[in-house]
Amino acid sequence: MDLFKNFAEFKMDVLKEVGNIGAGNAATALSRLLDKPIDMAVPKVQMLPFEAIAERVGGAEKVVLAVFFRVEGDTPGNLFFILSPEAAKKLLHRLAGIQVEDEDQFSEMEWSALSEIGNILAGSYISSLADFTSLAMTPTVPALALDMAGAILGYGLLQFGEMGDSALLIDTTFIEGQHEVEGQFFLIPDPESFAKIFAALGVPLQDD
Amino acid sequence: MIDEHLIVKVGMADLNVAHTEGLIRTTGLGSCVGVTLFDPKLKVAGLAHVMLPSSEIAREGALNIAKYADTAVPELVRRMNELGVVTSRLVAKMAGGSQMFAFSGSGDSMRIGPRNVESCKLALSELGIPLIAEDTGGNYGRTIELDCVTGILFIRSVQMGIKEL
Repeated sequence: MDLFKNFAEFKMDVLKEVGNIGAGNAATALSRLLDKPIDMAVPKVQMLPFEAIAERVGGAEKVVLAVFFRVEGDTPGNLFFILSPEAAKKLLHRLAGIQVEDEDQFSEMEWSALSEIGNILAGSYISSLADFTSLAMTPTVPALALDMAGAILGYGLLQFGEMGDSALLIDTTFIEGQHEVEGQFFLIPDPESFAKIFAALGVPLQDD
Repeated sequence: MIDEHLIVKVGMADLNVAHTEGLIRTTGLGSCVGVTLFDPKLKVAGLAHVMLPSSEIAREGALNIAKYADTAVPELVRRMNELGVVTSRLVAKMAGGSQMFAFSGSGDSMRIGPRNVESCKLALSELGIPLIAEDTGGNYGRTIELDCVTGILFIRSVQMGIKEL
């Protein structure tokens, strides 16, 4: 993990900008879908111990709805779009006019709509990054899960697991005007991807 | 209810032991495997939250031996031996190792759950520790707790509720 110990402040800023551009475009896409303004918090970029990553969404046992994408191409990584089950229901109602039938269960229709929403948002997140960096990046088809945050996010930490006990997380929260729909994007690039991201943006990997 | 302070918590890629009273717990197991060992005579319980199957793939400087199946199981036994536990009395139970996301692709990381389970079983059999119960596989997360008085393993999941092994 020595590679990451030496990340200077400005490199973290570069990664924040990566989060800003990706999530910014995704928020714009969501705002168009909902025809409502969407606010975005300043991205948080941090090297976090595995335990602390699930804390970002309320702890390892907190039940969340996550749409997961593996990012393929020049800079592989893992992308999660995370919502509380309540926010997901509200989003479905707003967007697709789907009436909430059961608070705790998602019907096949709802599942498929969420997967499509995730697809649109992840598509704009990743394609804006690809444009910005001129690197090839494509998200895989979305995979959904409604489960404990620890179990879901653990899956995105495997690549970092081979190198240490913490991972570099680019965390962006977006909020719909009245705080009714709040969601988070977690981008966890594979450890090997950082050198390529920095090179593409003209940032020297070695700190002088 | 058991007092919170009697609960020993084990994090991801971590291991610990508890004895005489209370519970040992780990939360949010997905593709990770929770391996528990129990000595019914001394009431000593151990739990490892294993993340990856083999330390051979490790590229880290200082190896975290609690993270890999092949190193975590022997280390857990060693910690329990220090408390006077005889290895031949130990019995094992395990849970986790699910595939959280179904993909058409079948890359190595896709099968990580089942591979973690296989590696844990191998590590146990190499030490001659019988695996008396398991709740592994599936596509959902689990939180587990081992009662170090009775040796009962409680498994909680979102869809399936609470299960006892």
